[in-house]
Amino acid sequence: MKPRHKRLAAIVAGLAALGVAAALVLNAFQSNLVFFFTPSQVAANEAPHGRTFRIGGMVVEGSLKRPGDGLTVQFVVTDTAVNIPVAFRGTLPDLFREGKGVVAQGQLGPDGVFRASEVLAKHDENYMPPEAADAIKRAHATSEKAAQTLVMPDGGKR
Amino acid sequence: MVPELGQFALSLALLIAAAQGILPLAGAARGNAAWMRVARPAAQGQFVFVAFAFACLSYAFVTNDFSVQYVASNSNSELPLKYRIAAVWGGHEGSLLLWVLILCSWMVAVTVFSRRLPEDMVARVLGVMGLVSVGFLAFMLFTSNPFERLLPAPLDGRDLNPLLQDPGMVFHPPMLYMGYVGFSVAYAFAISALISGKLDAAWARWSRPWTTVAWLFLTLGIALGSWWAYYELGWGGWWFWDPVENASFMPWLAGAALLHSQAVTEKRGSFRGWTLLLAIATFSLSLLGTFLVRSGVLTSVHAFASDPTRGLFILIFLGIIIGGSMLLYALRAPSAFGDSAGDGDGAPFAASSRETLLLANNLLLATACAMVLLGTLYPLLADALDLGKISVGPPYFALMFVLLMAPLALLLPLGPVTRWQREQPSRPLAMLLPWAGLALGAGIAAFFLAPQGQWKVAAGVMGAVWIAAGTLRFAWTRLSPSRAGKRFTAEMLGMTLAHAGVAVFIVGALLTEGLSLQRELAVTVGERVELGGYSFRFDGVQHSVGPNYDADRGTVTVFDGDRQLTVMHPEKRTYASGGQVMTEAAIIGGITRDLYVALGEPLGDGAWALRVHIKPFVRWIWAGALLMMMGGFVTAADKRFRVPKPVRAAHRENPVPVPESAR
Repeated sequence: MKPRHKRLAAIVAGLAALGVAAALVLNAFQSNLVFFFTPSQVAANEAPHGRTFRIGGMVVEGSLKRPGDGLTVQFVVTDTAVNIPVAFRGTLPDLFREGKGVVAQGQLGPDGVFRASEVLAKHDENYMPPEAADAIKRAHATSEKAAQTLVMPDGGKR
Repeated sequence: MVPELGQFALSLALLIAAAQGILPLAGAARGNAAWMRVARPAAQGQFVFVAFAFACLSYAFVTNDFSVQYVASNSNSELPLKYRIAAVWGGHEGSLLLWVLILCSWMVAVTVFSRRLPEDMVARVLGVMGLVSVGFLAFMLFTSNPFERLLPAPLDGRDLNPLLQDPGMVFHPPMLYMGYVGFSVAYAFAISALISGKLDAAWARWSRPWTTVAWLFLTLGIALGSWWAYYELGWGGWWFWDPVENASFMPWLAGAALLHSQAVTEKRGSFRGWTLLLAIATFSLSLLGTFLVRSGVLTSVHAFASDPTRGLFILIFLGIIIGGSMLLYALRAPSAFGDSAGDGDGAPFAASSRETLLLANNLLLATACAMVLLGTLYPLLADALDLGKISVGPPYFALMFVLLMAPLALLLPLGPVTRWQREQPSRPLAMLLPWAGLALGAGIAAFFLAPQGQWKVAAGVMGAVWIAAGTLRFAWTRLSPSRAGKRFTAEMLGMTLAHAGVAVFIVGALLTEGLSLQRELAVTVGERVELGGYSFRFDGVQHSVGPNYDADRGTVTVFDGDRQLTVMHPEKRTYASGGQVMTEAAIIGGITRDLYVALGEPLGDGAWALRVHIKPFVRWIWAGALLMMMGGFVTAADKRFRVPKPVRAAHRENPVPVPESAR
C-alpha cells in the first residue's frame, strides 16, 4: 500500500502544480490581451476606460500637428464616420503618413483624446493594416445599413 | 525559356520525390532490397533537379526577367546584385523553393553520412523525407509557382521591401531554414523507428547528431534575426515577441527539449515515447512556423482565406503530418512499449537522479513552448472565429517566460554533476554550494551597484554566475589531475560550451533590459545630448545618394567627457522605387555597451528628432547564442555518434540483409 500512497501523493502534487501553473498562465494571458476597437466603437463608448486597447483607421489629411517641443505629435484617426484625436510622444514609425492607415495602442483619456503609447506600422507602402482597413469597411457598412462585417477587405494589392 | 526549364525541373523533382517516398518504404516493409536501394540515388537526383530550378529562379532575378511574376513583385532593376539574389527568398514562393532545396541538401547529407546504418533504416528515413518533399513540391507547383509568367511583362519590378535590403536578408533566412528543415531528419528517424517497430535506443543515437546540427543552425538563424532587428528596425530592441519571432522560437524550444530527451533515451533507454513525440512535435512546429510566416496568415487571417486553395492545402498537409504521425504512434507505441504506458522498458530511476533533472528540463521547455503557442495562435483563432481582433501583449510572454526559465536556470548546473539513475542529493548540492554562495554574493553586490533596474541586474548576474561557475565545476571534475581516469569527451565539451552560452545570454538579456538608457528629443545643429556619461553633439544633416535610395545623413559626434570618442552617421533613406522611408541607425559596438543613434523626422529649421540609446552588454545576447551554437557543433562531432562498421551480429538482428553493393 505504501508505494501506492506515494504515487497518489505524487500525482496529486503534480496536478496541483499543473493547476497553479495553468491559473497563472491564463491570468497573465487575460490581463495582456489587447483588444482592437474602431473609432465608431470608441465613440459609442464600447471601448474600456483605464485599459490599454488599440484603435485603427486612416490618419486625416492635414491633421498632424507638433505643438511644443516638436516631439509630441497630435493627429486624428478616422474610419470615415467618426474622428478620434490621438496624442503621442516619441518618434513616429517610418511608414506613418497622413492619408494612410495606422494602428495605435494606448488608453483613452477622460477628455476623449486617445493617448498612444505605441504607433504601429507593420505594413508596406501600398498596404493598409488589416485592422485599419476593417475599421473603415465597418463604418461604410454601417452607414449603408448593410451590416455585412464578414465581407473582408481586400487590403489593397499584396 | 529559363523559367520554363526551372518549372520542368521542379515537376521532375516531384516525380522523383514520389518515387523516393513510395518505393523505399514499400521495399523496407516487404524486404525488397532493390526497392530500398532506390532511396539514395532518388534523393541525390531530386537534389540536382531542385538545385537546377533554384538556379533558374536566381538567373531570372539576376537578369531582371520581369516577365516572371515572382521576380516582378520582389525585385527591381535598380536593386544591387546581392539583394537581387537574396530576393529569391524574399517572398512566399521563393521561400518554399529554398525550403525544398535545403530539404534536398539534408537528404543528400543523410545519404552521405549514414552509409553504416542498416539499409532498411536509411530507406525508411529517406522515404519519409521524400514524402515531406512531395507535399512541398506539390504545394509549390499547384498553388505557389515561383515561375508563373506575367504577360505583358512590366517594365520594372515592384522592388524588394526596403526592410529586407540588408545583409541580414542574405544570411538569416537560409540559416533559419537549415534549422527548420534539419528537424525533418529527426522526424524521419522517429517515424522510421515507429514504422519498423524497433523503438530501442539506436534510433535516438543515430538521430542525435542530426537534431543537434539542426538546432545549432536554428540558434544561429534566430540570433541573426534578432541582431538584424536590433540594428535595422531602429528601435534598439532585440526581441519583440512578435508572431514571426515566436514562430521560429517554438521549434527552438521544442528542439532544445528534444536534444536533452534524446540524450536520456540514447544513454538510459528511458523517455522513449516522449522523445518520439517531441521529435514529431518539433518538426510540426517547424512546418507551422514556415507557413505562419510565409503564407500571409499573420498579416491577416483573411489574406489567408482570400486564397482558399493555399490555406486548404496547408491545413491538409499539416493535418497529414501531425495526424498521421500521431496515428502511427498510437498504433505502434503500445505494442512496442508493452503495457506500461510509454517508458516502462527504460532503466528505472530514483526521484533524485539526472533523469529527473532532465525530465524537469523537458517539462519546463515544453511548457514554455506551449505558452508561446497559445499567445501566438489565440489571436489568429479569435480573428478566424470572428471573436474580435485581439493581440497578446509582450508582457504576457516576458512574464511567463521568465517564470518558466528561472527554475530551469536554477537546476541547470545540477544536471551534469548528478549521476544517472540514483544519486545522493547531498553530493551534487555540496559540490555546488560554494558556487551558489558566490552567485548569491555577486547578485547582492550587483543589486547595490546597479543605478537602475536593480532586480533585473541582480537576477542576471546571479543566474549567470551560478550557471557559469556550476558548469565550470562540472568541467573541473573531468579535467582535474586527480580524476585522470575520467574522460572529457567532445560531447561534454559541447555541453559545457552551450551551458556557458546560456550564462552569457542571461548577462546580455537581463543587463540590457535593466540598464538600457534612452533619450528622445528635438535637436538643432550644435546642440548636445547628455546620456549615461556620454555627450552626443548633433552636427547637422547632409543629403547623400545611395544605389537605389536618397538619404538624409546625419552627423553626430560622441564625447566621453571631453575626449572625442567617435563620429556616427545615422541615416533616413527614401527608396526610389516605392518612396518608402527607412531609418538606418548608427551603432558603435562594445563589449560592455553599445551606443545607438537613430534619426527621427525633420522638425523644420534644421531641427531633427534624435533618439539616443545606450545598451549595456547587449552584444552578450548574441555572443551567448554563438556559444550555444558552437557547443552544438562540438557535440555533433563526437566520435560516439559515428556508427561503427556493422559487425555480423548487427546483420543477424536486422531482418533485412544489408546489400554490400548499396554502399
